[in-house]
Amino acid sequence: MGARLLGHALRSQVSAALKEGRVTPTELCQRCLALIKSTKFLNAYITVTEETALKQAEESEKRRKRGQPLGILDGIPIAVKDNFNTAGIETTCASNMLKGYISPYNATVVQKLLDQGAVLLGKTNLDEFAMGSGSTDGVFGPVRNPWSYSKQYKEKSVPKSHSEDEEYNWVITGGSSGGSAAAVSSFTCFAALGSDTGGSTRNPAAHCGVVGLKPTYGLISRHGLIPLVNSMDVPGILTRCVDDAAVLLGSLAGHDPKDSTTIQDDFKPFELPDLPDVSKLSIGIPKEYHAPGLSSEILSLWSKAADLFKNAGAKVVEVSLPHTRYSIVCYHVLCTAEVASNMARFDGLEYGHRSDVKDSTESMYAATRREGFNDVVRGRILSGNYFLLKQNYEKYFVKAQKVRRLIANDFGKVFGSGVDILLTPTTLSDAVPYTEFIQEDNRTRSAQDDILTQAANMAGLPAINVPTALSERGLPVGLQFIGRSFQEKQLLTVAKWFEKQVQFPVIQLEEAERHDNGVFQHQKSASFS
Amino acid sequence: MAAVLAMVARGCGGVWRRLRQRCAVRPGSGPFPRGERAVACNARGGMMSAGKSGLTPWIPVVGLEIHAQISSNSKLFSGSQVQFAAPPNSLVSFFDASLPGTLPVLNRRCVEAAVMTGLALNCHINKKSLFDRKHYFYADLPAGYQITQQRVPIAVNGSLSYSLCIDNKMSQMVTKTVRIKQIQLEQDSGKSLHDDARSQTLVDLNRAGVGLMELVMEPDMCCGEEAAAAVRELQLILQTLGSSQAVMAEGQLRVDANVSVHHPGEPYGVRTEVKNINSIRFLAKAVDYEIQRQIEELGNGGTISNETRAFDSKLGFMPEPNLPPLILYDAKSLPANMNHQQVINIDWIRERLPDLPSVKREKLVEQYGILPEHSFTLLVWQQDQNCNSRHSNEDGLPEFFENVVKQTQMKPKKVIGWILNDLLSYLKQHSLTVKESPVSSFLLADLLNLLEKKEISSTAAKQVLAELWKGKGKTPLETVKEQKLELLQDQKELEQICQAVIDGQENEVMAIKAGNQKVLNKLIGLVQKKTQGRSNPVLVKQLLEKKLSE
Repeated sequence: MGARLLGHALRSQVSAALKEGRVTPTELCQRCLALIKSTKFLNAYITVTEETALKQAEESEKRRKRGQPLGILDGIPIAVKDNFNTAGIETTCASNMLKGYISPYNATVVQKLLDQGAVLLGKTNLDEFAMGSGSTDGVFGPVRNPWSYSKQYKEKSVPKSHSEDEEYNWVITGGSSGGSAAAVSSFTCFAALGSDTGGSTRNPAAHCGVVGLKPTYGLISRHGLIPLVNSMDVPGILTRCVDDAAVLLGSLAGHDPKDSTTIQDDFKPFELPDLPDVSKLSIGIPKEYHAPGLSSEILSLWSKAADLFKNAGAKVVEVSLPHTRYSIVCYHVLCTAEVASNMARFDGLEYGHRSDVKDSTESMYAATRREGFNDVVRGRILSGNYFLLKQNYEKYFVKAQKVRRLIANDFGKVFGSGVDILLTPTTLSDAVPYTEFIQEDNRTRSAQDDILTQAANMAGLPAINVPTALSERGLPVGLQFIGRSFQEKQLLTVAKWFEKQVQFPVIQLEEAERHDNGVFQHQKSASFS
Repeated sequence: MAAVLAMVARGCGGVWRRLRQRCAVRPGSGPFPRGERAVACNARGGMMSAGKSGLTPWIPVVGLEIHAQISSNSKLFSGSQVQFAAPPNSLVSFFDASLPGTLPVLNRRCVEAAVMTGLALNCHINKKSLFDRKHYFYADLPAGYQITQQRVPIAVNGSLSYSLCIDNKMSQMVTKTVRIKQIQLEQDSGKSLHDDARSQTLVDLNRAGVGLMELVMEPDMCCGEEAAAAVRELQLILQTLGSSQAVMAEGQLRVDANVSVHHPGEPYGVRTEVKNINSIRFLAKAVDYEIQRQIEELGNGGTISNETRAFDSKLGFMPEPNLPPLILYDAKSLPANMNHQQVINIDWIRERLPDLPSVKREKLVEQYGILPEHSFTLLVWQQDQNCNSRHSNEDGLPEFFENVVKQTQMKPKKVIGWILNDLLSYLKQHSLTVKESPVSSFLLADLLNLLEKKEISSTAAKQVLAELWKGKGKTPLETVKEQKLELLQDQKELEQICQAVIDGQENEVMAIKAGNQKVLNKLIGLVQKKTQGRSNPVLVKQLLEKKLSE
């Protein structure tokens, strides 16, 4: 763990530094903004809200000086994926359709963060309308994985020749919340919001070496999250460590009168035990996650992780989720159908892009949508409309819903048999270079990459990526834990225990180190002792 | 339209026959050329003269789809106000405009209104109902879909009883029943206006998202009159419940009719839809017109095609993922620990249903001994007046009547005449609601009491009423005194007047004496004239008879 401020965990160090006055919210904000500027090449942010962020930091500073902070998040710089509505700040979904669109309201999660004093630094990059697994398919260009520029990666990746430099070797972040993952990973913010429909938070978290939590469906409000698949979307949380994820979860979870699918009961925020105990737990290893294409490196990490639990006294059992293999095709039908329905509103009338083609209302609609959406979005709309045709509805949509139920039932059976938590890989391999990634089309990529994460969305279950180790190429690899519905505390407790065991290394990023002079220079790291 | 037909109907039984006689239509004649409306529905259901028979009879079948706007302060899924004729786009929430990321939140009041309506129409209320998206691509449907209840609606399998008169005679009424297939909750659309001159479309989203109840009536009707009577009764029920104001002119009640004709023993014919019907009178005409058109078309060897079908979206429905199933409870299933604000108890609503129009009518007939047709007039008229009234089901004509009865010694059977003839014609003439009547129930009762106590004659009473309409704040008694309308109590004076009349009408007196008693009425009239209606006709008759027999 480095001894510098920006690389630190929010809960353990930064909030203490703020509390003790070793750093002010304004200083913190300024440093993050500076770092955002010097890491601009990562393309993590679509919009940086420097002015409002500094204002918010100033307000926070006043509150802290009065001794009346709004809570642990007061003064903490955060970033938000650009598919959450932010009042007065552009919300683009990385699409021409919403370029320049300024929402009149805040998403509930954004409002909650602001109400607790968090400082919003900006909106992060993504695949257009969150459709993708690389953060490469947005109108603002691909996001670059900060680890591409780390000492760890540079040392291990052998350049093919001198002429093929960094430009060729940089790796993708995964997606679709790649901007948020890169922002947290490169220390430009302490936590970020992502969204997770088929793995969009956990996948980039794994590739960027950060914690990525997808809470139980219905635990966090979706109001203000521009939907991909309403029945699977969940706001995701990206942080440096599991404790921070718990802090964010506590500040965001609970009933929202504006989202009828949220839980009715209030959510009680929790703190995780300092010394978590896993000895009484039963950890399930679903054999179907031994999927084709799983790298041997990850397979071996997965089995090492299982051994860690065994050695700690936990029961480790192999379990079966037989219908998981149908999840990709089932997801394809349900996702595209909902996409087709959700995207119908973008007609250029009320908001967003409107084409200059004015021959007729219909031609205006058609041109608006052709100009506004990229191929991926249009392709999904087309398939979705096919599945929604009256004559196809029973054959595809209804069948897919039934399969979804079977997938969910598999989890129910496993948890019903006494298993507490499932342990799986998050991704098939470490991040691939951009040049390699774009050899395949978006659909193929998404289908491959979502395979390990999607089933949790089908079943609405909470799941988390915990950064585990570096690959032979010096890139992060993560493992995933899947828990029972609304059992986030148990899930995060296990994740925290695991995090302590693996001691994932801190990214060594020149840019970050340059901007992080100061506060902790003479102090040894206190974290993860 | 090729020709005008004279039709003979065996009305609601209901076989219609097509006659061979035809006459050319004048060019430019409207949709309802004069003379064509000879078609009528005969509610007796008996076989009428078949005229030039020998032709295969036709059976018309009419079903209705009715959209009733729910009377609520806010929209079905958003907090925007519901208001008629507000400035364009002034009642639009982020959700109504389908801003990305907004979600529907179900309005409890709308659910209660639908449950009330379902109960009043004898429906089975589904304790679990679902919401679906129905996809269209219209400018006035901002989200590109309407949230409705396609798979499992809130209420199903109901019925509506309605009455109609035979041959337009109020004294001959029959009661019929139409089955209600289902009631579903759904969103209204916005409105778009096409400005061809500037080739632009203007969209007003004030109405977008207002709660509707879609009521589907099975094809149990067979003519325009039946359809009109059913809608009139439904309108009255909705207004009594307060679940919809149901003012057709304001679009709160929109009726689409499905019409087909077939030969007896054959399957139903191809349906056509008559849409956007905005008054009950027009409904009856439009349905009958469509029946005629179809019979004629088929008679000419043509076929019926369903044009509106062609515009139907090929896109289907999808479950609305942002709304969990709508769960309702009854006394038995109500969970003990549930917050009452969060649940809807069907039994609770049932217990609080107001008297429905049919019950109200029965009560009026039973309690006051008035004729059934009078009870209809009392209630139906109330509804017509509601076109202008915001608070429709309060203080209507029945209540006015009951108040008068309570405050007067006059028998209800006599009071009803004053209500239906005098009050009603005055209000109609001046387009006033009962509430706006310048003569309150108290004043009218006062007046009728004077009449009942024989202090004034009925002629004088009408004169007083005419004065009271002017609303000058005078009591009936004051008016009587002012205009000297009291009955002549002085018998001597009356006798003198009677004598004077007899003396001046020699011929009449002769006739009476010759045995023509009818002529006596003329003399009575003359006395009344001389006394300016202030004489008691019974007394006058006695006096005249006495004098003539002397």
